[in-house]
Amino acid sequence: MNTHQATFVRASMIEGSPPPIAEGGIVHWLRVNLFATPKDTVLTIIGALALAWFLPPAIQWLFLDAAWTGGGRGVCATVAQGGSQPEGWSGACWAFVNAKLDQFVYGRYPLEERWRPTLVGILFILFLVPMAIPKVPYKGINAILLFAVLPLISLILLPGGWFGLTFVETPLWGGLMVTLILSFVGIAVSLPLGILLALGRRSHMPVIKMLCTAFIELVRGIPLITVLFMASVMLPLFLPQGVTFDKFLRALIGVSLFASAYMAEVVRGGLQAIPKGQYEGADSLGLSFWQKMNLIVLPQALKLVIPGIVNTFIGLFKDTSLVSIIGMFDLLGIVRFNFTDANWASSVTPISGLIFAGFIFWLFCFGMSRYSGFMERVLDTAHKR
Amino acid sequence: MAIGVTTTPEKTKPSGSIINDPQVRGIFYQVLTLVVLAAFVYWVADNTIENLKRANIASGYDFLNGRAGFDVGQSLIAYTSDSTYQRALIVGLLNTLLVAVCGIFTATIIGFAVGIGRLSHNWLIAKLSLAYVEIFRNIPPLLVIFFWYSGVLAILPQPRESAALPLNMFLNNRGLAFPKPIFGDGSLYTVLAFVLAIVASFLLARYARKKQEATGQRFPVLWTSLGLIIGLPLLVFLATGSPITFDVPIAGKFNLTGGSVIGPEFLSLFLALSFYTAAFIAEIVRAGIRGVSKGQTEAAHALGVRPGLTTRLVVVPQALRIIIPPLTSQYLNLTKNSSLAVAIGYADLVAVGGTILNQTGQSIEIVTIWIVVYLSLSLATSLFMNWFNARMALVER
Repeated sequence: MNTHQATFVRASMIEGSPPPIAEGGIVHWLRVNLFATPKDTVLTIIGALALAWFLPPAIQWLFLDAAWTGGGRGVCATVAQGGSQPEGWSGACWAFVNAKLDQFVYGRYPLEERWRPTLVGILFILFLVPMAIPKVPYKGINAILLFAVLPLISLILLPGGWFGLTFVETPLWGGLMVTLILSFVGIAVSLPLGILLALGRRSHMPVIKMLCTAFIELVRGIPLITVLFMASVMLPLFLPQGVTFDKFLRALIGVSLFASAYMAEVVRGGLQAIPKGQYEGADSLGLSFWQKMNLIVLPQALKLVIPGIVNTFIGLFKDTSLVSIIGMFDLLGIVRFNFTDANWASSVTPISGLIFAGFIFWLFCFGMSRYSGFMERVLDTAHKR
Repeated sequence: MAIGVTTTPEKTKPSGSIINDPQVRGIFYQVLTLVVLAAFVYWVADNTIENLKRANIASGYDFLNGRAGFDVGQSLIAYTSDSTYQRALIVGLLNTLLVAVCGIFTATIIGFAVGIGRLSHNWLIAKLSLAYVEIFRNIPPLLVIFFWYSGVLAILPQPRESAALPLNMFLNNRGLAFPKPIFGDGSLYTVLAFVLAIVASFLLARYARKKQEATGQRFPVLWTSLGLIIGLPLLVFLATGSPITFDVPIAGKFNLTGGSVIGPEFLSLFLALSFYTAAFIAEIVRAGIRGVSKGQTEAAHALGVRPGLTTRLVVVPQALRIIIPPLTSQYLNLTKNSSLAVAIGYADLVAVGGTILNQTGQSIEIVTIWIVVYLSLSLATSLFMNWFNARMALVER
């Protein structure tokens, strides 16, 4: 054996020398990300110009020039329009949103009874937050609280009429409250119903398969607004005389059925992606149909299609705004209803109200899509193809 | 509807092996479903007939020949309030198709631009595209429509203070006024020449492709066809003595006179649908392009194909295969979302149908017409896109 005797061994690593100035730091980043090629440079300049053209006026309009406080249209109108702002002024009218905020949340729910929706809202948050955090234990009890106890409490508290609570009819409900109730019920109904429809569409029984397919394709082929019209003008025709449905309930049914057809297609995609061996494995263990589905197939299938399910939820949430067309006052409906308030009529009121409503919708939808991305990573067991 | 599907019967049926026979069980469940469904339909039909009789509404489609008696804001065909309900519905259908086609066209362009922008190496462009997608995807389309309608277009200047745009166009709170072409005698030849030039360009492209496949020689198709399509009609136009003139809108003291006007209803619906759907198309395009494996690009480069041609001949055809199916459903969504027109009073099928429904009370008939029309539109679009998809799909040997 030839042993090599080293005369010098470095005991510690030498410090790396700094990279050339063009290969690191901000200069490098700019060169790679903004000015890599002449084409990139041109694009960057166009983009920057567009930003410079759009952003400062937008900020000016939204924040700096905005009227934040005030008790009437005067703060949002120029002198010529009968207000107090200087000639040529234009800015957001947040004073309008500020003054109407209670209405935007509760609609025309009686003032002294508003503790009821507030209580339901607090309970909703209390039940939802631990449900949404994966590490919190007792998911089973939590689910019962959220999907069984909370609806029951809401059913007693919101309309009232029991236990000495005054009755508040649904036409008085409105605002964010209605949007959230519609979405919550829609989500809670459409997922199980969608799963059943998807299973029915993949069933081996021709009658059931045909019925489910027909329902899904029919509903997916028509716009939600026609479904809502159907629920509001045709449903009363279908029922015996004297039996009437609440308008709110009819909208709920319409929205839920509509969403469940879309949900069914998403779930079907997941069911089809599960290899046949999983079904056969469950069969060979002697599991019944529902055991097979509940224990083997659905947990895998649903996990695969979480993005699709959440997209359907987001779509449903956005679609609830359509009930304002059939005369209900959801968030968008109540905001638009307030445009007619003579006390606040000005040229910037509508756009301010709409931007506010859009921001609220955006917050919820964006939050949902971010949460679905998070859940996807949590549930990822690296089996994904 | 057909929700009787999920009924689960009790298991206290006559015992014996027959109860565990899947086939027998299947038949039992199906018969049960059918019976429940039939009973439900009978009950609904019975109630409906009863209710209609009491409300004194004659069912059937005879009402379509009645006088409509209402005006519509915008119509592609001749329509007055003396026209029939049937004609009003056709006006509505044409308006739906108009806004859907325009919207699809614009949404596709914006969507592709933003989708490609999201994949750009340019940080600023990528972030701007991301912001666009995240903003528009998470806002209800109805709100975007109202944003344009009552937020932007309603506070434009009055007609007498119209903002002048290039090409003799004017913008005010009653819409966009633009020069109306008036087709004089002999203008038919120009239109014919235009059609002829397009057909000739198609044939030329086929000929050029065949020639290249056979001999390897290339023919400058683009420039020749451009010359044909622009030159030929222009030549005929001048030869026949310039028969097409324009009726230019002129700013009067109180109002604009002359020209054609696109109403704010159409504009806001069109803008909102385009911007909203474009955000979804952008995501589809991005997913499609990322779905083409990098090896394809690298192989093309290794063969010495230039980057521009690589995109056109290697990446795009493969990406389109992934893009087309979801793109179809976005087009259908846009068409269905055009029914939101009813909220701002654009006379589309649903808005016109809603007016007729209020006037006549023929709710079942109107809703049936809606369903039939929208289902056929969906079917037609998906048939066309399936055909297109089949042409684009990978031909596997």
